[in-house]
Amino acid sequence: MNKSPIAALAVLALAGCGKKAEAPKAEKPFEESLIEQMLDAKPGDIIEIPEGVFQFDRSLSLTADGVTIRGKGMDKSILSFKGQKQGAEGLLVTADDFTIEDVAIEDTRGDALKVNEGKNIVIRRVRTEWTGGPKTENGAYGIYPVQTTNVLIEGSVAIGASDAGIYVGQSKNVVVRNNTAERNVAGIEIENTFDADVYDNVATNNTGGILVFNMPNLAQPGARTRLFRNRVSSNNLPNFAVEGTTVRNVPAGSGVIVQSKDQVEIFDNDIVDNNTGSILISSIFSSGLSMEGMAPDFDGYPEAIFVYGNRMSGGGTNPGNEQLAALKAALFSDGGALPDVLWDGVVDPAKQIDGATPAHLRVCVQNEGAEVLSINPQGPGLITADVNCALEKLPAVTLAPPLGG
Amino acid sequence: MAVPRRRLPHAPAPPGGERACRPRRASWTLGVVALLLSACAPAGGPAFDTDGLPEKLSEWGVLSAHDGVLEFSDGAMPYDLATPLFSDYALKLRTVSLPPGTSATYHPDEAFDFPVGTIVTKTFYYPVSSDGVAIGPERSVETGVLPLDGLRLIETRILHRRAEGWIALPYVWNPEQTDAVLKRAGDFVETTLYRPDGRAEPLNYFIPNANQCAGCHATDNTTRAIQPIGLKARHLNKPSSFAPTANQLDLWRLSGLLAGNPGGPAPRNAVWTDESEGLDARARAYLDVNCSHCHSDVGPADTSGLDLRPETPMGPKVGLCKGTIAAGAGSGGRPYDIVPAKPDESILLFRLQTADPAAMMPELGRSVVHEEGVALIQRWIEGMAGSCD
Repeated sequence: MNKSPIAALAVLALAGCGKKAEAPKAEKPFEESLIEQMLDAKPGDIIEIPEGVFQFDRSLSLTADGVTIRGKGMDKSILSFKGQKQGAEGLLVTADDFTIEDVAIEDTRGDALKVNEGKNIVIRRVRTEWTGGPKTENGAYGIYPVQTTNVLIEGSVAIGASDAGIYVGQSKNVVVRNNTAERNVAGIEIENTFDADVYDNVATNNTGGILVFNMPNLAQPGARTRLFRNRVSSNNLPNFAVEGTTVRNVPAGSGVIVQSKDQVEIFDNDIVDNNTGSILISSIFSSGLSMEGMAPDFDGYPEAIFVYGNRMSGGGTNPGNEQLAALKAALFSDGGALPDVLWDGVVDPAKQIDGATPAHLRVCVQNEGAEVLSINPQGPGLITADVNCALEKLPAVTLAPPLGG
Repeated sequence: MAVPRRRLPHAPAPPGGERACRPRRASWTLGVVALLLSACAPAGGPAFDTDGLPEKLSEWGVLSAHDGVLEFSDGAMPYDLATPLFSDYALKLRTVSLPPGTSATYHPDEAFDFPVGTIVTKTFYYPVSSDGVAIGPERSVETGVLPLDGLRLIETRILHRRAEGWIALPYVWNPEQTDAVLKRAGDFVETTLYRPDGRAEPLNYFIPNANQCAGCHATDNTTRAIQPIGLKARHLNKPSSFAPTANQLDLWRLSGLLAGNPGGPAPRNAVWTDESEGLDARARAYLDVNCSHCHSDVGPADTSGLDLRPETPMGPKVGLCKGTIAAGAGSGGRPYDIVPAKPDESILLFRLQTADPAAMMPELGRSVVHEEGVALIQRWIEGMAGSCD
């Protein structure tokens, strides 16, 4: 070793006076040992969470790649953050090749599980819950991967988030399947994400069931989302989001909402008993948000949206915002309902050719028995026949190795 | 190398543990910097080659507490920043030590590139006040030591540059105030904070764990490499507090700590409390040092679309009329990050006004409200023209 004489001296001096022998330690509480395991974690490590409820007063954080956190079951291995004093998350992960499974994260002050940037992320049979039921004070997001690539969320349960139960933001190549989201403001939200397949999920008793959004001012817009074989039912919970958040504007009773996102395919879902509407399609420019505050190049128009083969019923009976309630009263007699699909009809003026949207950018609804209502204030009315068109179907998302492929 | 030597050969400590401390002079001139920096030091000097995780702070050979003073070793350069990060009103003693014969390389915008072996220390301390702690003022270390009378040392954070990159380690001072012990899992220090007007409030001072150090210091969330935050030209470009006649960057160059062509005048941040500087410059300096390590184009908070680096022009990126992305409770019920002339409608201000862990900013390192910082940002927003309608 090429040490400088002074450093070498220092080492000698330290060796001479240091007390190396340590008293035998009592068994550490698991909470403390878990924090240390996360600090010491190395690629390939499996951190086991035993059965039990473990209490934490500060955030956990993991920065090492290639780590698996594995519990004994989402109802058996519980990380509880009740009374948390520090930290904006329960568990914050900034690492690649991360798997978490069979664990619950409860009652965090902020988000429950946040994965901020990373590739090959698996979240399997994880429960995130605020156990006091829906409350504005609950944390914003349950399961929250953001800026991640190649992501699988499956068999998980998200309950009580004051924003979204499962929120995938600014990510690429994502599969969300077999999950249950209930009593959140938004059940499942896919935002500014490229290539997401969302299927075989249950979104029930949220304010809005499944949201597919693009937001301005972000590095990545996002496109291509397929929603299929989901059950989206009775999402009529009064909105309990904090004022000023995006989801605060979600009307209670929304089944599926597509806002400003391109290339969304919605098929083979059961969408039932959502009191505002089964499917709402809108532009951010209808949201009342300041145009001053949006990057000028933001494309806020939802384009290439294809709705077909869904089983929709019981929707639109009691719209969750004033504008839609007024529309229902004006157009449909008392006791009636808004049609299954509502669209604000806002299209990009720059892309119109001879006053019409090019075929590949249209909103198309070919869904037996479903009517489509334009809710554009300038010309509300049924447009079912006008949007009876088809689009090329999107390819399935293929998870790349090591998750799939 | 042609750089001036900042370090004289170290006189070995006499046997028996006594130290031959040469008194340091209070008035500095550039010519005597090298002499002054060579005064008394912990035995052995900085342990530049450390490759483990020393249990005690003293093992780093940079700081030693004895006889009522905290002393730094030969060659450890104390430094401070034009506008510092707010850390629950803690006062800070910062030092940087470079292996003999090496220097950092200048960069106009990013943290300087420091050689392997570099040890950076930041010691957080408070004036003691009855059963708790008080706020300020900064203590001078012009005499070469920090007198500990009436002070309580809380923690010292180490950044050590190794071949594989920087590592960050938190050390917590013992109750006897004789040494600090590595606490990789972090800790809380619960005490009472007394404000200058006598108000008392509980202070849950939080010491981050080693992974959480990366929460701020991994300034690029893609590479996740740990970087110093304060050791940038714009923070250091100010009169030295330790040699008041000299600019701190000049002092570093003359001491051999810093090399590399500046290629133009160094950027400089305003002193946030200096009323003679423009309000905009002061506010942007404050937001820079408190926020931009995450809120940049590559930092962990690039997910929000808010970029608070000083060079980012005013607009939605700095929060002007910008709606939230994933703020949750952090929106505080307000519509936009910044509503011109309307601080009470601005989320950015709310995030500084709250100490709720789910809503406050920064997310780490604060448990009380920085009222003076809030007042600055409030006035800055009040002075803005325009509207979001």
